[in-house]
Amino acid sequence: MLQVKDLKVSIDGKEILKGISLDVKPGEVHAIMGPNGSGKSTLSHVLTGREGYDVTSGSVSYLGKDLLDMEPEERAREGIFLAFQYPVEIPGVNNMYFLKAAVNARRVHQGMEELDALDFMDSLKEKMALLKMDDSFLKRGVNEGFSGGEKKRNEILQMAMLEPKLALLDETDSGLDIDALQICSDGVNSLRNKERGFVVITHYQRLLDYIVPDFVHVLADGRIVKSGGKDLALELEEKGYGWIEGIDAA
Amino acid sequence: MNAVALTEYYRSALAGRELPGAGLAWLSDRRSKAFAAFQGFPTTRDEDWKYTKVAAIEKRLFQFVPGMCIGLDEDDIEQYLIPGLDSYRLVFVNGQYMPMLSSKRSEQPQGFTVASLSLVLSEQPEAVESVLGTIADPSDNGFAALNSAEMADGACVILPAGQVADKPIQILYLTTAGGDDIVAQPRNLFIAGDNAQATIFETYASMGDSTYLTNAVTEVSLGANAGLNHYKCQTESGKSYHVSMTQVDQARDSRFNSHLVSLGAMLARHDLNSVFNGEGGECVLDGLYVTDGRQHCDIHSRVDHVQPHCRSDEKFKGVLGGRSRAVFNGKVYVHVDAQKTDASQHNANLLLSKDAEIDTKPQLEIYADDVKCAHGATVGQLDETAVFYLRSRGLDNEAARSLLTYAFVGEMVDRIPLAEYQQVVRGHVLARLPGGDMIRALM
Repeated sequence: MLQVKDLKVSIDGKEILKGISLDVKPGEVHAIMGPNGSGKSTLSHVLTGREGYDVTSGSVSYLGKDLLDMEPEERAREGIFLAFQYPVEIPGVNNMYFLKAAVNARRVHQGMEELDALDFMDSLKEKMALLKMDDSFLKRGVNEGFSGGEKKRNEILQMAMLEPKLALLDETDSGLDIDALQICSDGVNSLRNKERGFVVITHYQRLLDYIVPDFVHVLADGRIVKSGGKDLALELEEKGYGWIEGIDAA
Repeated sequence: MNAVALTEYYRSALAGRELPGAGLAWLSDRRSKAFAAFQGFPTTRDEDWKYTKVAAIEKRLFQFVPGMCIGLDEDDIEQYLIPGLDSYRLVFVNGQYMPMLSSKRSEQPQGFTVASLSLVLSEQPEAVESVLGTIADPSDNGFAALNSAEMADGACVILPAGQVADKPIQILYLTTAGGDDIVAQPRNLFIAGDNAQATIFETYASMGDSTYLTNAVTEVSLGANAGLNHYKCQTESGKSYHVSMTQVDQARDSRFNSHLVSLGAMLARHDLNSVFNGEGGECVLDGLYVTDGRQHCDIHSRVDHVQPHCRSDEKFKGVLGGRSRAVFNGKVYVHVDAQKTDASQHNANLLLSKDAEIDTKPQLEIYADDVKCAHGATVGQLDETAVFYLRSRGLDNEAARSLLTYAFVGEMVDRIPLAEYQQVVRGHVLARLPGGDMIRALM
């Protein structure tokens, strides 16, 4: 469903991604691991259409379409979802209104009827229960005054509501204690199915104990230097990123 | 037109009028003193009017139109009233009091007065003699002087000591579609005795898009421990001019809560001033403005902390689009004896276009040494990270921007405690913001 081919990306003339290739099929969970500055977040930003990145070569195809040609909202409506590393606080934009607008924008785009208020609330309450969020959350501004854990749970809630075809998780585990990590992971695992693809970007192997990947890729200095199964993550944890930098230099 | 010719014009315009209470010596005296203070309208050479040019008002010879017959009925004015609000109502059309559209005499409040100023001047002038024309200083500027030279009509609310108004008071100032070149000079007087309390709504609206001048002066006198909630909403014609001064005199422990919404008029200027003449007073000045096209909106406020232990809190937010311009000038003056003053002042602006301009100047002048004062101003554009976040969830660029714009100014709408009125203001604000319909549909 997602084919990234030899993707090279620069910011202000500095090359960050130096030729990435990745092939995600429906139902697969790919983990991308790497040290700080390896280009993990750049990859997620480019895939979701954030401004300020120059794609200098390569291509990204999503469900047969040229992804890089699409506006961020088009990508979202076509089923791509990014759980942000740093979710944005938007004071004054009510969480519930925001979610409703997002859900219905996608439904209209995909030729479905808009959800009425009752169906929307039913679906929302069910997913909030799963993520152990209380009702007060509905009336608050998007991420306004949320703790780190609440913000990440809110990302997963949005993901659950938007039912993406391809979900990108950008360091969703960073800054979470074990309880919050468990809740978020349960949320993600409940969404795993044969159609839905996941790209899980993380700095720590720990997350992959909870969200078990089919493939692990190691990113260093803008390149995927090693790919393998879930065991690769364990090996990486044991030997540290220094091991990878050794491979990269070699 | 030069100041001399302008003065002459308005002198003769006023001279031909039969003003209410003409036989009252004290009133004639105040009127003529005020007219003597009228030396034309302010210019940008006046520091307080530096960013607000009123030359267009000076050029036009506005006319007083007393006695004009206006055939409006309840249905015509309904859309300008606050829906579902049970209130005492006063309606003025083109500056004239409309008894047929106002609360009937049989529905008058018990124990206090809600009436037109002209009626009070003819029936109980002694009730206002010590106050009318003594709070707002006519020499402050030409508009205040011209209004004070007429002092013909407006809303008058008088609450004796201990009286709590059982219903809010709603005042509508409407201009008809054919109201070109009219000048309406509402003169409002709100007097709350010791421990009295009331809520007053002032609504300024137009039925068409005429070019006219509203030049209002509102005097407020609050006795010890009295409380007034004052809401003002200005949605006048985009070709009109709205100049107003609200001047408040606060005795000890009194509370003045003001919420000002300025959305209409080609040029709007609001002066909002309060003086703490006793200890323990509190004054909250909230407000918002939305401007577009070539609109100009100027908010000038001044709070005088004359006495100790008073608290003032001011917050205004503005959204500016097109080639519009806004001015915020808020002054907090802490006099030498006003120890333990707690004053804060904040103005935040969102610029939607590169041609919009804001001149914001929160000012503190402090002559006491044991006070807590804070002020701040911000001018910004929409946060692009927030725009991207919303777009990444499927909202289009326009919807994301609309939502963020409303969220910015919506904070001031949410501060209105009365749901019915909050709803009205929200509707007016959304009607003026891009994508307002989309946001309404979400709510």
